[in-house]
Amino acid sequence: MTHTTTSRTAFIDGSRLIVEALVQTGAEVFVGYPITPANLLYSYANRRFPTMMAAPDEITALQWMSGFATLGKLPVTATAFPGYALMVESINMALMMELPMVVILAQRLGPATGTATAGAQGDLNLVHGTVSGGFQIPTFCISNLDDCWSLSAKAVETAMQLRTPVVLLTSKEMVMTQMSYDLNRLTPLKKSTLKHYTGTEPYKPYHTDESLIPEFLPISQSTHQVRFTASTHNKAGILQNTTPEALDNTKRLKDKLDLHADFLLHYHYEEDNHAKVLVISFDQTAQAAREAVAILRQQGTKVAHLIAKTLFPIPQKYYEISALYSHIIVAEENLDGQYRRLLFGSAPNTNVSGVNAIGRMIHPDEIIEEVKKHE
Amino acid sequence: MSKQFLTDSKALPFCKGCGHTGVAQNTERALQQLGYDPLDVIFVTDIGCHGIIDKNLVSHTVHGLHGRSVAIAGGIAAGLPKDSNKKVIVFIGDGGATIGMQHLMIAAHHNFSMTVIVHNNMLYGMTGGQPSEFTPEGFNTPTTPHRSSAGAIDICKVAEAAGAAYVSRIFGIGNFTAELAEAFSQPGFSLVEVMELCTSYGLKSNPGMKLKNLIEEAEIEFIKYTNETKKSSELPDYEGHRLSLITDQLVIPQEYTADSTHKISILLAGSAGEGTQSAAEFLARTAMLSGLHVTRKSHVPVTVGVGFSASEVIISKEPIYYTGSSKPDYILITSKDGLEYAMPRLTNGYKSIVYMDATLQTPETASEIHIIPMREKVGARNAALLSVFKLVTDSRMLSMESMISAYSQHKLAAKLPIDTFLDQLT
Repeated sequence: MTHTTTSRTAFIDGSRLIVEALVQTGAEVFVGYPITPANLLYSYANRRFPTMMAAPDEITALQWMSGFATLGKLPVTATAFPGYALMVESINMALMMELPMVVILAQRLGPATGTATAGAQGDLNLVHGTVSGGFQIPTFCISNLDDCWSLSAKAVETAMQLRTPVVLLTSKEMVMTQMSYDLNRLTPLKKSTLKHYTGTEPYKPYHTDESLIPEFLPISQSTHQVRFTASTHNKAGILQNTTPEALDNTKRLKDKLDLHADFLLHYHYEEDNHAKVLVISFDQTAQAAREAVAILRQQGTKVAHLIAKTLFPIPQKYYEISALYSHIIVAEENLDGQYRRLLFGSAPNTNVSGVNAIGRMIHPDEIIEEVKKHE
Repeated sequence: MSKQFLTDSKALPFCKGCGHTGVAQNTERALQQLGYDPLDVIFVTDIGCHGIIDKNLVSHTVHGLHGRSVAIAGGIAAGLPKDSNKKVIVFIGDGGATIGMQHLMIAAHHNFSMTVIVHNNMLYGMTGGQPSEFTPEGFNTPTTPHRSSAGAIDICKVAEAAGAAYVSRIFGIGNFTAELAEAFSQPGFSLVEVMELCTSYGLKSNPGMKLKNLIEEAEIEFIKYTNETKKSSELPDYEGHRLSLITDQLVIPQEYTADSTHKISILLAGSAGEGTQSAAEFLARTAMLSGLHVTRKSHVPVTVGVGFSASEVIISKEPIYYTGSSKPDYILITSKDGLEYAMPRLTNGYKSIVYMDATLQTPETASEIHIIPMREKVGARNAALLSVFKLVTDSRMLSMESMISAYSQHKLAAKLPIDTFLDQLT
């Protein structure tokens, strides 16, 4: 029997959507070093990015990306823990130089090389602690195929507008599992651009207005001198020891993100005013939580659900939402509740519990069981 | 009057007598000779004493991490237009060249258009004079007062072997402007190793030592090497592709309807290289032709091409969130690897319907087992596909028409008639 439909359903994986969205939003360069489970991202990038470079290692990848970024070309890479670990110092450099770039971190089971082909959500502490001094890298986490599109675009927009490296956090199943998906759900994307300095006065690379975001000039132009410096520096980009101007410039890196917290905020919240329990989820586990919450509601159980999409800096909004419920459950695929502890601390707290697993996805039944303990 | 590249070439921030001063002064003169404008030069400096020159430069400056200057300069060089008039110059010490030696080799290998000046004073000056991999025999340092024994790495030979277009080693005292100008004029990647002495640690650890004498005793040669092939070759091109990844060719339109109303999960478990993933995708496409929601999650061991290959397919009229299936409704097992992978699901007490190849030993299980000689009938590589044909036919979860239509688009269709499988279903 033949049936007609107006949907445009394809059988696709998240990697394809991520790469396409990045390019459509203005990413120009992909610097890749192959690593499971980020290989599909590399492979799609090879077919889609205007400039594609195969790096010999992950330190070089981040350094090449930084070179491109000084020219105003937004670079992207995709990696997993072993690669991210090598990138850490260079990400610090990019943050200090205020170079826009996107690092996709596809989590897999650790420690060390762990199991490359098994998913995990075990790199929360690593991402949170990437930068010396506790500075945060805006980190967005994909919870479904819709997010693969919209949060990838948000990552590029954030990198450009706030002049910062951005981490796009995901995991093996999200970037490799194929799903039927209606392409009509993809909203048109707008290209992001860097705000350039247009003044006639000598350019001070780290001078800012009230936005706390320095205007950009590529190192390829010949009108103004440009300096990029990873060491503590003044507004002119000149290395300083601990002068007040240089320390203010360093502190501004935190203030910049605080000032633009609303711009960074992305989450999905299904409130329930009569519920006692709030489930917090992110990444692939959000899919299990969505299913668990749907089943619970069909069964008449009251439960609220917060899907965290902006993971870092931790949005204050999550605390406002959490305060409305007497018990919080954080479901995440790691041993001991990394995001739960980052959100609510490690001290014993009977109002907060976790659903955790390693080496396998969390099943909706596990979340249902935990909710029922506290409803 | 020549344009200045240094704010004041007589007031540089180095110790009295340090060779870095000479490098900076000769660099300025070389660039002046070549007629560069200061804002057409990009200096990338490494960590180390030489790196504090930044504030004295009126060109663009990039000051990054220890040892990584050549790598970030590589990104700049690769990103500049091919016809750019910009000159990228890297200042790096022997310490930076030690930690970042791979970056030097890669930049030479890629023929990134830049000149790297290695300020080789044979030790780490900024941190107290520790030895680097460039410390030659016969040269004491504060932490190796009894002479290093390993000898120095010849960075010129390393760069040459990596394919540098131009390499030279020069004596870093006096006027070496012409030598630097020659290096700056080279297309592609050039490296100049400038031999220097650190007045703070090198001289103190080696009282009375003359640089010239040390170089002679260590048999370090002043050489110049030109790779004519590399010099004349095109600069590398990193142009990618721009074809959209989202096209209507991906769309699988609904052409049929299906009777199934509930969520069905199917585990395909076989061996790598035997078409398990492809069979799972075939099943998924068949379901999509019937307008159903589908997910396919693969699981393979770390090494591709050996061991098990498994795929979990979920088919549903309703949207699917959770894509796993610890208790599959159907398990299709086509090899011994697949049986071992599926064993936890066969022994968990759940009653799945199992299609198992006849070559396999039936396990103790609550599941309903159907033994089918799949490998024997269609061969190992097509057994998984046959298992899907069998599943769809027996369960009626999808129509035969949808499966035939899906097969017509399958890569095997051209060389393997569908009757190969249909003949086995009766």
